[in-house]
Amino acid sequence: MILSQDLRGTAILCGLAALFTLIAPGFLALFTIITLTQVIGLAILALSLALIWGYGGILCFGQTAFFGLGAYAYAVAATNFGDASVSILIAMAVAAAFAAALGYFAFFGRVSDVYFAVITLTVSLIFWALIRRTSGPEYRIGDALLGGFNGTGAPPLNLPWNPSGFLFPEQTFYVAMGALILAYLFCGWLVRTRFGRVCVTIRENETRAELLAYDTRLYKLGLFSIGAAIAALGGVFFSVGISRVTPDVFSLQQAALTIIWVIVGGRGTLIGPILATFALYFLTSSLGGQVLLNTNLVLGVLLMAFVLGVPRGVLPSVMDLGARRRPTGRRGRRRPRRAAPAEPAE
Amino acid sequence: MDLFAAQILQIVYGISNLALISLGLAIIFGMMRVINLAHGEFLMLGGYTVVVATNAGVNVWLAMLVLAPLLVGVVGVLTERLLIRWLYGRMIDTLLATWGLSLFFIGLVTSIFGASTSTTISPPLGPVRIGEYQVSGYEMFLIGVTLALLLAVWLTLRFTKLGLVSRGAMQNAEMASALGVSTRRVYMITFGLGAAVTGLAGGLLAPMTGVLPTIGAVYIAKAFITVISGGAAILAGTASAATLLGGVNGVFTFLTGPTFGEVAMLLAAIVLLRLMPRGITGSIFRKSL
Repeated sequence: MILSQDLRGTAILCGLAALFTLIAPGFLALFTIITLTQVIGLAILALSLALIWGYGGILCFGQTAFFGLGAYAYAVAATNFGDASVSILIAMAVAAAFAAALGYFAFFGRVSDVYFAVITLTVSLIFWALIRRTSGPEYRIGDALLGGFNGTGAPPLNLPWNPSGFLFPEQTFYVAMGALILAYLFCGWLVRTRFGRVCVTIRENETRAELLAYDTRLYKLGLFSIGAAIAALGGVFFSVGISRVTPDVFSLQQAALTIIWVIVGGRGTLIGPILATFALYFLTSSLGGQVLLNTNLVLGVLLMAFVLGVPRGVLPSVMDLGARRRPTGRRGRRRPRRAAPAEPAE
Repeated sequence: MDLFAAQILQIVYGISNLALISLGLAIIFGMMRVINLAHGEFLMLGGYTVVVATNAGVNVWLAMLVLAPLLVGVVGVLTERLLIRWLYGRMIDTLLATWGLSLFFIGLVTSIFGASTSTTISPPLGPVRIGEYQVSGYEMFLIGVTLALLLAVWLTLRFTKLGLVSRGAMQNAEMASALGVSTRRVYMITFGLGAAVTGLAGGLLAPMTGVLPTIGAVYIAKAFITVISGGAAILAGTASAATLLGGVNGVFTFLTGPTFGEVAMLLAAIVLLRLMPRGITGSIFRKSL
């Protein structure tokens, strides 16, 4: 019963998204379509964090490291090989492999979640510092210059096995939206599989999951790598949208924004962070058009207000209200806040 | 020989620089188990205090050694009162809230002073000669200040009533409050002191680096890995991690140039955490301060 309701909701949602995608180029300006393609990339990034944090309890502050790594890997691979489809796969594989290596050290070293958050953020910031210094002709991979501060060009998408059949911006938009819908469906399916349920168990109580003989380290490593691959996919569409990759994909502000989208949208849902990405992106870009209020200032206040006031995010709180208003509602579920202060490494 | 001495001095400076930017964060983390993600912005505020005060005609030493720690210390106490104290025991929420604070400060300073500063100050000490080589006298001064700060923290923790009470609160907060210690007050003072040390560090580094609203991002990556690799003990952790990581950074910078120095440092920290997940002082020097 619950499952069929879930399925119906997902089907309606995807149908609406597909409908919007098909009619959007008809009434939106080309510039808006190109911007939307970038935001779709960012939404896929938010989705990946929603998956690993909201469902796996893996607090990754540097999800942008995989996002940026994917973007750079795509740009380098597409410049060298020409075929975009293969390059996307390479980008996802590079990010997943890097996540697996990082996750091996973190999860198998049993680094606590707060440490893990800070380490991942640090990794992203080191990438930022490193890639900014790669200007000059000696920093090149094959034909692709890394370009330092100015970044490198990301070739447009093209048809499989036909590197000269470049896609137009509208077509890229269709592909990006299709990828977002597919990624959303994939994540929705993943959290309902046995693997996903074990990950939720680990989020709720890692010790108990371990006592039930699940190797929590392997499950976390798996989920983390999958999340990294999805984030890399987001990075590809973001960079294709603006035709460039700059070191700013690794920046502190980008990392903060990703966290804010997930917090505002709500942990424990997949669609909440996606919607929050679209809403907040257009909020911040409209803030960028005026000088009275600084964007960072507004985002900082927003983040503090949500942590203090609405720690569970908008969507779960709204769903809760809805469930409470209907007395016969199926479940007034209220996940208790994680019990007992998680002392780090003690 | 002179070249060797100058190189060693550079590495020692790198180590003391790491210790200087991390000490405030380590004090707050060691005492309260709070990782302050606005640490970089506390450093930035210290730097701005010095630049603004010096340009207004205040003596540069007064601005660096008194005004910067004072102002940032007050900001720290306010932060604890208004933000952190609602979130004790919720580590992840503390991280997120201090991240919000970090963005808030970046935005605030950008609104007031603009995205870049045109006026900077030069280091108030001239170069010092070692044989045929010249080294910065100000860097030598910073090494001295770092040692003095570490000593001051050790003396405070070891010999004063405040140090005793805060060590008690750190080891067992409930027992300390049962014995009549106001742990909330201890936390407030600790946060304020940690922020003051951070402000001092930011002020001292301002002549070396200049100030920008976003300069915090340059520091925090290094400060975080130093504190996390060091573990919970404030002094032994900071000193040992700064020595190890600063040494790795210095040697790799010397061998391969600055691009890979930080990468080598990060890799060393990650491998270290695989071996010692609670940091250096979680495995060795456990009883130290």
